[in-house]
Amino acid sequence: MPVKKFITGNFYDEAVLFPAVKKARRAGYKIHDVFTPFPIHGLDKAMGLRDTSLHTAGFIYGITGTATAVGFITWALTVDWPINFGGKPYFSLPAWIPITFELTVLFASVGMVLTFCYLCQLAPFVKKDHFNPRSTDDTFVMALECTEKTNEEEAIQFLKELGAEDVKVQYKETGWWLGRYDKDTMPFRKKETEHHKETITQ
Amino acid sequence: MALLRYESQVRAPLVEGVKDYHQVTEDICRPVETRPTKAWWIGFIISVIFLLFGIVSVTVQVIYGVGQWNLNRTVGWGWDITNFVWWIGIGHAGTLISAILLLFRQGWRTGVNRAAEAMTIFAVMCAGQFPVWHMGRVWDAFFVLPYPNTRGPLWVNFNSPLLWDVFAISTYFTVSVLFWYSGLIPDLATLRDRAKKKWSKFFYGAAAFGWTGSTKHWQRHESLSLVLAGLSTPLVLSVHTIVSFDFATSVVPGWHTTIFPPYFVAGAIFSGFAMVQTLLVVTRKVLGLEEYITIEHIDVMNKIIVLTGSIVGIAYLTELFMSWYSAVKYENFAFFENRLNLNSPYGWSYWLMMGCNVLSPQIFWIRKMRRNIIVTFFMSILVNIGMWFERFVIIVTSIYRDYLPSAWSTYYTPTIWEVGFYLGTFGLFFTCYFLFAKFFPVIAIAEIKHILKKSGEHYKAKMTELEEQKLETFVEKHGHDHGA
Repeated sequence: MPVKKFITGNFYDEAVLFPAVKKARRAGYKIHDVFTPFPIHGLDKAMGLRDTSLHTAGFIYGITGTATAVGFITWALTVDWPINFGGKPYFSLPAWIPITFELTVLFASVGMVLTFCYLCQLAPFVKKDHFNPRSTDDTFVMALECTEKTNEEEAIQFLKELGAEDVKVQYKETGWWLGRYDKDTMPFRKKETEHHKETITQ
Repeated sequence: MALLRYESQVRAPLVEGVKDYHQVTEDICRPVETRPTKAWWIGFIISVIFLLFGIVSVTVQVIYGVGQWNLNRTVGWGWDITNFVWWIGIGHAGTLISAILLLFRQGWRTGVNRAAEAMTIFAVMCAGQFPVWHMGRVWDAFFVLPYPNTRGPLWVNFNSPLLWDVFAISTYFTVSVLFWYSGLIPDLATLRDRAKKKWSKFFYGAAAFGWTGSTKHWQRHESLSLVLAGLSTPLVLSVHTIVSFDFATSVVPGWHTTIFPPYFVAGAIFSGFAMVQTLLVVTRKVLGLEEYITIEHIDVMNKIIVLTGSIVGIAYLTELFMSWYSAVKYENFAFFENRLNLNSPYGWSYWLMMGCNVLSPQIFWIRKMRRNIIVTFFMSILVNIGMWFERFVIIVTSIYRDYLPSAWSTYYTPTIWEVGFYLGTFGLFFTCYFLFAKFFPVIAIAEIKHILKKSGEHYKAKMTELEEQKLETFVEKHGHDHGA
């Protein structure tokens, strides 16, 4: 599990953050992530993230629900055990609309939430590094990843010029790369990280 | 210059006072992070006592059977199903606020949606109790599910509205919980990062699911909320439609009517908003959140109450007209003798319903009344009494006099155990609500921050300043050279 070196800076205003993101990308820095306390519309575009396909997954789950309901009820009431309800046809589709609809919604919602949790690696008791606890309060935290090519001093100076405050170097357990699920990004294990940190700082 | 997003100055601010993001966090987290007040303890203990009374009532009913209730021939559905429909109706406002108003881009929903969604979940939990315990042999309750069994396997009747109800309500409950909790995760992360005590670090650390606030995660979160809102919108309409099918697909005069689905949905929203008002008027005061749940919010919800109350009123009148127009004497008898006639045994309940649901909300045409806290609180209670009687009228007055006078039942009154069961669900509801208000943020913190710079009083004032500036001054102050 890799522990990497990052340079983080805090922003307090969206109006400063947006140009900063653009300039950092133009200057060729690798933006690991921007942590924000609430969704900022357009920030994903500014960072060059592709759109999520979560809604497509939801659609597929929904269709699965529809097919499950219609298929199962048809089989149960026409093949497995046909029962005559008041002389109505065994295959009485209109009467099945409510349950078909409910199962569509149920499959789509449960499937989407589980997929969301999987993609974002969210689960009870999971812990992750997010550089600054204030990023769930009032600060937008930008984390630049340091590669071999990065000049640390320059990068710190660069972030400061962009309007970032409290700029510092941090060694952190990586979450995940932007927009991609990566095998390295397993839930944070404290012991191993500290071990890595020591080896890196040495 | 702060990044301001434009919102019409005609709209009143949704967050009052001078706030920044941190102040929002502080204000909303304060009730969670401080010790519960005396008022909280008193309310909580009373709720638990009611809950215990409910448990005793249900236990008595399980030991001795449904005979402990005063149900008779022909009143096979009495307080239990009345209470079921009443609670499920109340459970509609939360999803309406969080889903439908999200799709309609109503900014004011952010102040009230979290509490309303929680209320929805608790109300559906209460509603679910009634059909389950009404079964009598509650240990066989799982028979309602289609599972492979040794009786054939004999499947449940998928053509029956009662089974549709099973699917509708369980789906509604599941989706409401998912929607509520997925919205709660970022706020729990806020609490986790602020936690100082050991247990709260553990609790919020576990509950926040490792949320970091990464941009990609927010993007997915937004997509998830939007799609869940899109799914919940028809869902919330379907649930009460299906509940109304329990009645409308029968041939009982008074139940057998095509107007039921829209009429029930309007009534559900009506009673749900009334319950939201009851809770929030008290919550905002006790937790000191008046700057987030403003008079403006109360005003808007009262407008919805007068709208849906009037829709319900039109439905009542349409029912009467259709009954007269049908020229069916059983229909006429159900409406004009059993309900409209004040001297008939249950005539009083019909007029009580009319008074509470149709006449009294008309007071909200007056702006001053809509913005009066005491009037709002009083009216919200009145509406919920009225909506309880609506279900009582529909159920009991339609069935207590069968086609033949020889089959007319005796006057149905509940036993202490029926009343106790109902009071017990109040206990359950308020116990859950008190715990929610103590351990979870009652306002969606992230969503308030999202609208803060658009609808916050402080920021709106800045926008006004900008608007009133001369063009030259504006350019001089804020213009910048793109060539640089």
